[in-house]
Amino acid sequence: MATMDTHDPWSLRESYLYDRTVIAEIQRAAREGIYDIRGFGAKRRVPHFDDLLFLGASISRYPLEGYRERCDTDVTLGTRFAKKPLELKIPVTIAGMSFGALSAPAKEALGRGASEVGTSTTTGDGGMTPEEREHSKILVYQVLPSRYGMNPDDLRKADAIEIVVGQGAKPGGGGMLLGHKISDRVAEMRNLPRGIDQRSASRHPDWTGPDDLEIKIGELREITDWEKPVFVKIGATRTYYDVQLAVKAGADAIVLDGMQGGTAATQDVFIEHVGIPTLPAVRIASDALQELGLHRQVQLIVSGGIRTGADVAKALALGADAVSIGTAALIAMGDNSPELEEEYAKIGSAAGFYDDWQAGRDPAGISTQDEELAARFDPLLGGRRIANYLRVLTLEAQTLARACGKSHVHNLEPEDLVALTVEAAAMARVPLAGTSWIPGVDNQS
Amino acid sequence: MSVAEAAETTAVEVVDLATTPLRELNQRLHDLAGGADGPRRWRILTPNGAHAVACGIDAELDVVIEGHVGYYCAGMNQLATVRVHGNAGPGLAENITSGTVVVDGNASQSAGATGRGGLLVVHGDAAARCGISMKGVDIVVRGSVGHLSGFMAQTGRLVVCGDAGEALGDSIYEARVYVRGEVSELGADCVEKDLRAEHRAELAELLLQAGIDDLEPSDFRRYGSARRLYNFHVDNAY
Repeated sequence: MATMDTHDPWSLRESYLYDRTVIAEIQRAAREGIYDIRGFGAKRRVPHFDDLLFLGASISRYPLEGYRERCDTDVTLGTRFAKKPLELKIPVTIAGMSFGALSAPAKEALGRGASEVGTSTTTGDGGMTPEEREHSKILVYQVLPSRYGMNPDDLRKADAIEIVVGQGAKPGGGGMLLGHKISDRVAEMRNLPRGIDQRSASRHPDWTGPDDLEIKIGELREITDWEKPVFVKIGATRTYYDVQLAVKAGADAIVLDGMQGGTAATQDVFIEHVGIPTLPAVRIASDALQELGLHRQVQLIVSGGIRTGADVAKALALGADAVSIGTAALIAMGDNSPELEEEYAKIGSAAGFYDDWQAGRDPAGISTQDEELAARFDPLLGGRRIANYLRVLTLEAQTLARACGKSHVHNLEPEDLVALTVEAAAMARVPLAGTSWIPGVDNQS
Repeated sequence: MSVAEAAETTAVEVVDLATTPLRELNQRLHDLAGGADGPRRWRILTPNGAHAVACGIDAELDVVIEGHVGYYCAGMNQLATVRVHGNAGPGLAENITSGTVVVDGNASQSAGATGRGGLLVVHGDAAARCGISMKGVDIVVRGSVGHLSGFMAQTGRLVVCGDAGEALGDSIYEARVYVRGEVSELGADCVEKDLRAEHRAELAELLLQAGIDDLEPSDFRRYGSARRLYNFHVDNAY
């Protein structure tokens, strides 16, 4: 208890219900009269791959030798119907991020890095830039509800097509790019005036349900002469049904984005309160594909909180064919770097906390359309960092796979995993460590 | 021009979808992109409601379809003139970039969706969401349009000679909407605007392009964005 003239900081008790961030948000909302819009992904703790552990080989299994024995990492996407599937050297791809949300040099760096290690990158809401196409050996072209920048010439230039139904940060929500990031070039690509808030639609303009989607996929295949794989991207919510419906509609691959998936600009209430975590989503999707007898034939690409090779390996073990990175790629390029601490302080943030990607004032020159800020970013260095990071993710995943005795990262399986928490055991449907108990699964001894 | 070349220019290539797979037709049309040699005039028989007929053309062709078509006819059209002697299903000429698409009958929902250029003419009625998210295309509908037409329309002109359903021009940006008949209800941020001389002139030009010569531009009303939703303000939220 504090007295009038003696202040004992140990007597101050912060409310769990009304902690400082809650108080700050209530007061901000009252002051500004608009919901909080920010970038990054969910900040709350949810069950994740950290809650799983691998069972390395011992007497009952034998491991492969360190970095010497072969452990393959290649993956082919789009084998179901496309004449020209994507051949990737590693099972980690770059997720869709728009020119508009990101600067042109940042998009170029993503292409350079991905191409250096033999994987793909993806356009975003806003279309394809020439720089992006030039520097991305394998480029996936997104077809979004807004159709900003959508044109048949770029569709034909793409290596694969990704129909975006939703994303993990905001399943059921459309995109937004606030006015201060709408440069002349962005405005021209999107056929809208400079400086206005660009709200992307949440529904596609020319199809509504799964039967329509099937016909839409058919049209895109006809336009591109059945050459290109067609992916369907969904935010993780009713994952079992969405995966099966996407398969029924004719998808070559499913891109599944868990609730931790990043965004350039979304309402905080959306980011934190809609969707399910990546951990249960990947297992549900994998089970849905296995039920259809199409696991590994319709490829599963999982994103939302992939940070390390351990995350990669665990996603693959639960049934993914590949993973995608977005937030981690930006961090690899220099976002939230301590070297920019002073710059972050000037805009009311700090390294390690910066999430105002919607504001266009990114001192790293990544999430901005300000020419001066963007010019700070070196696409060659950024590309090198992306390549390095992708190599580390792959090496780490290989290390874990070899320890489990696998000669290909795709040979990892749920049987190689245990869970640290009851929640993770139930969601991933692997036993709680030290037990044979999988909550929610019958007939466990 | 040699006799043979003249014959190729005027000859009509006839494809019957009752006996020719759609894939084969579309591939042959696509193979003419970039000025490749081949027939420039096409007549498609027995479409029988097929989807994606004549989509993805990128050549100055004249394609006539004798019958009804399903979804996405002439989708993403570039340069070609496609005429449908019948009705068209959803997504007619979606994302059209250039060229002209003409339908004698009615069009289902989302006609001209996200179109970036060119001209779409529907001589009958068009259903809901006509011109949704249009980005530069011109659309002329001789009859009426359904609800949410011109939803989030960005640029281009939508001309409706009949009536318009509920929520016309909801969340519209810089597109111009002209309606001759009744409007059931305007959508969020869509308002009536003055019909000035330059608007009457562009209407006359659009009607002429659409082959409509019996209507008076001054009988139309013009609608567009109030621009209250361009930058968020809580007092303007719906």
